[in-house]
Amino acid sequence: MISLAGRDILHAWGKFIFTGMGLGLLIGVTLSMAGIYRGMVDDAEVLLDNSGADLWVVQQGTLGPYAESSSLYDDSYRGILGMAGVADAANITYLTMQVRRSNETASADVRAMVVGITPDAPGHPGQPGFLVAGRHITRSHYEAVADIATGFALGDRIRIRRNEYDVVGLTRRMVSSGGDPMIFIPLKDAQEAQFLKDNDAILRQRARTAQNRELNRPGVPGLLDAVITSQSTNPYVNAVLVQIEPGANPDAVAEPIRRWKRLGVHTKAGMREILVAKLIATSARQIAMFLVILAVVSAAIVAFIIYTLTMGKIREIAVLKLIGTRNRTIAAMILQQAVGLGLIGFVVGKIAATFWAPVFPKYVLLEPGDAMRGFVIVVVICVLASLVAIRAALKVDPAEAIGG
Amino acid sequence: MDSDSGDKWSRKAPITDQRMDLKQSLGGIHIEGLKKRYGQGDTAVDALKDVHMSVGPGEVVGLVGPSGSGKSTLLKCLGAIIEPSAGRMTLGRDLIYDGGWRISDLRALRRDKIGFVFQAPYLIPFLDVTDNVALLPMLAGKPNSAAREQAMALLQALDVAHRAKAMPSQLSGGEQQRVAIARGLVNRPPVILADEPTAPLDSERALAVIRILNQMARQFDTAIIVVTHDEKIIPTFKRIYHIRDGVTYEEAGEGRGFD
Ligand SMILES: Nc1ncnc2c1ncn2[C@@H]1O[C@H](COP(=O)(O)OP(=O)(O)O)[C@@H](O)[C@H]1O
Ligand SMILES: [Mg+2]
Repeated sequence: MISLAGRDILHAWGKFIFTGMGLGLLIGVTLSMAGIYRGMVDDAEVLLDNSGADLWVVQQGTLGPYAESSSLYDDSYRGILGMAGVADAANITYLTMQVRRSNETASADVRAMVVGITPDAPGHPGQPGFLVAGRHITRSHYEAVADIATGFALGDRIRIRRNEYDVVGLTRRMVSSGGDPMIFIPLKDAQEAQFLKDNDAILRQRARTAQNRELNRPGVPGLLDAVITSQSTNPYVNAVLVQIEPGANPDAVAEPIRRWKRLGVHTKAGMREILVAKLIATSARQIAMFLVILAVVSAAIVAFIIYTLTMGKIREIAVLKLIGTRNRTIAAMILQQAVGLGLIGFVVGKIAATFWAPVFPKYVLLEPGDAMRGFVIVVVICVLASLVAIRAALKVDPAEAIGG
Repeated sequence: MDSDSGDKWSRKAPITDQRMDLKQSLGGIHIEGLKKRYGQGDTAVDALKDVHMSVGPGEVVGLVGPSGSGKSTLLKCLGAIIEPSAGRMTLGRDLIYDGGWRISDLRALRRDKIGFVFQAPYLIPFLDVTDNVALLPMLAGKPNSAAREQAMALLQALDVAHRAKAMPSQLSGGEQQRVAIARGLVNRPPVILADEPTAPLDSERALAVIRILNQMARQFDTAIIVVTHDEKIIPTFKRIYHIRDGVTYEEAGEGRGFD
């Protein structure tokens, strides 16, 4: 027996390839949507892994530092270092902002996450890991290590708030949970960038302090200066990243810090939960919604095309029935055509998605598992869509071939 | 019936059981007292009222009648496409209908015992000429190569073997009809039903088609019924059945066939 479906596809291959391409682009979009979601999850995982931390110590009662704002004193880490099970602890600040080269205008802005780290301390938590070029930050001011995705190169001068920084090293795939590339700068500079007020605000604050009778008592010399000095320091960080000793239980180490230091502590599992389940939850639902609509649209298109193709063959189907073709054979022909169309669509979609994924500004992760699931869904949709056409074909009366 | 035609169209006498058995053992088509009623009650239409027909193996007969007289209904009953209401039908050596179907797989009956040739060729547009013809033996379970050999033999007999690899759309009307005849014949059915097979053809080609049907009938001992209005071919039949208001009348035709 020959394949009736195959022959029909070969005969009308132009029609099939054309509609298969259209369907394929739709499937490509669907795979890309799934890839965008996977990319978001992967960005979050990469952020957690690259931080090198086991525990995130944050302001009490917050989900910081990525999902909510958090600030704690920058000397908290000393006390934490002394806790049982803690191997290492490091201050860190995170601030997402627009960054550009010193000699460029605002249109050349790059959205980046500026990370404040202790200089000359590679290997500690929060430090950039592997450098693809250059060296780590060694000075306490005005040096930066940038992710390659920022587009900055070694030797570039970049401006962050009021200061300019030399790019001395480059990393790869160091991104925020939102997919923005990271720029590492010395902690002191980062604290200033995040917490220091502008000059006018500082002047105004000094004036207000000076007018305050409580703080500017005539009989107490030096008080006003002391108050102003304390107001103009910025002893805050967003989090302390903690590495625990090998074999230690993260929850067991976290609990005393919570209780005795009165700080919030998140384990890696808890942090993943925050990033994946909470931070990108709305985006994930958005994408899921899109996927559902795309599936429905694809199903409608396949159903419509297969139905139209089948209706165009009613006469032939009546003849096939008249000369003794079994319903099973006719149903199989239509089913195979629908699945064939789905196969063409899937191949086109997979290729299209693979080609355009790198062009997306954010990371698009095309997982083989998603492709497999997508394939199964495409086949299921094609089978369901062909049912309408099969029903119509089986209703055809072989007497139609003879006519009145 | 008017007296003018009374002598010409003699009412077919009921065949005695003895004669019937003799004829049946030889194959062919035998119909006795066939009735077909469409619908029920007030709207019922008696399309076939009393049909008697007998076509021997190797014989080609014409079935002629005005529009609405029941020709297509008769072919559909014979072709096991619709169920008659009463009567008896024998195809080849099998009694297929006797007040009810005597055969369970009508589809297989159509595939193996009956060849159809329609007014339009209705070839399958996505199969080439060979496979259009070979499809039937393939459907019956023959291996592809054997089915194609069988098809080629017929295409040769019908003089279209040189177009074996062509698609139907590339053929002329006459070639298409010959391929359709090859398809009707390929399973060597004991019976061929042709509904206006020459309607789309000019008289030369129409006669050629009838000549082919006669040849095939003799070569394969096939009983062939040709429904037609075609004045060009009516004179070729040795025997003609007229049908009027669902009743058949037999007439000796003027044709000598093609012997
Ligand atoms: N499916 C049907 N339902 C009801 N009446 C029908 C149907 N098919 C045919 N008829 C009627 O049966 C009669 C014979 O029709 P038909 O066999 O098509 O005649 P012919 O082929 O000789 O023109 C006509 O009166 C026609 O209206
Ligand atoms: Mg008719």
